Amino acid sequence: MSVYLCILRLRNCATARVYKMRVQFMLMALLAGVHGNVSADWKSLAEDGIHDPAGPAIEFLQEPREILSLLPNLDAGGAGNQVRWARAIESGAISPRRSRLLPEIPVEVPVLDMDVLLNLRGSMRIVRFPHKVHTMWLACNNCHDEIFKPKIGANNIAMYNILNGEQCGRCHGAVSFPVTECRFCHSVRHPGDTER
Amino acid sequence: MTCLTSHMNTVKFFPGQDIIWNRFCIFVRKYLIVLLFGMLMAAPAAQAEYADVVINNRAEAEGMRPVVFPHWFHRLRFTCNVCHPDIFQMKAGSNNITMAEIIEGRFCGKCHNNEIAWAPDQCHRCHSGKPGLEGGFYNGNSAGGPSNNRAGSKRRR
Repeated sequence: MSVYLCILRLRNCATARVYKMRVQFMLMALLAGVHGNVSADWKSLAEDGIHDPAGPAIEFLQEPREILSLLPNLDAGGAGNQVRWARAIESGAISPRRSRLLPEIPVEVPVLDMDVLLNLRGSMRIVRFPHKVHTMWLACNNCHDEIFKPKIGANNIAMYNILNGEQCGRCHGAVSFPVTECRFCHSVRHPGDTER
Repeated sequence: MTCLTSHMNTVKFFPGQDIIWNRFCIFVRKYLIVLLFGMLMAAPAAQAEYADVVINNRAEAEGMRPVVFPHWFHRLRFTCNVCHPDIFQMKAGSNNITMAEIIEGRFCGKCHNNEIAWAPDQCHRCHSGKPGLEGGFYNGNSAGGPSNNRAGSKRRR
């Protein structure tokens, strides 16, 4: 009723307008949820656009949602697999094997706890590269010396190269969290930075 | 819609009905636009799980469906260094994988040998892709950007 009166300009309609805006917003969110890819969910294999829904494998293969939804997740609409993979290991939710052989041969893959700060003079926040979470997944020879020389200042790391799938982009943007998540890497304030 | 409003306004039910009808029409038109836009945006999106790789160097040419390799499934169970870089180079298209080599115990056959994982006689489990797909990463839920612009690799949204 108040909306009706408001449309007829018969009464002050501040609150009615607010309600109208809310209804509009809810409808748009509904439309986006139904038609768009905004919702944080994992497509079923039959609908993901690359599996053949007519193929015999659909019955057999594991659905991503079945297991990824149980892991520490990113917030709604998160990028990549929407999973915090490093946290999944740290919390014990998964314990991926470091060796393919059974029984598991203890492989000497050292976990190196050493942070490297990069981008010290850039306009973006300083990049903190944590060796620790990387060595939870990788061995030294995944990155050194082919992708990165193990020497500070010896690698001309640039976002241009990363976006082209080199340097960090060999994994980030392909398998590990994509480079749209700027703040995951650019995480340390410059000294004297007072911005939020 | 305008025809409807003009007809509805020929009969006067109550004062101000024409304003209501006009506003109703604007409302409907607006949501039709939003609906069409939403459908347009959503229709062509391939929603492969992030880091799924389609391998189709020779599968389809030899009469099989393309292979879909799910990174997410394997990294739940093994760390990256189990396969990279010793068994597979970390670049889509740079590993020349053949069934003969898999059966001989190289590439996927390092594990898919009926000891660590099921044997490569279960053709359809891997050869499960849609016919006609190009090889490369299909990063369904990553945001846009050229981050995956590498040799033999195609980005799909």
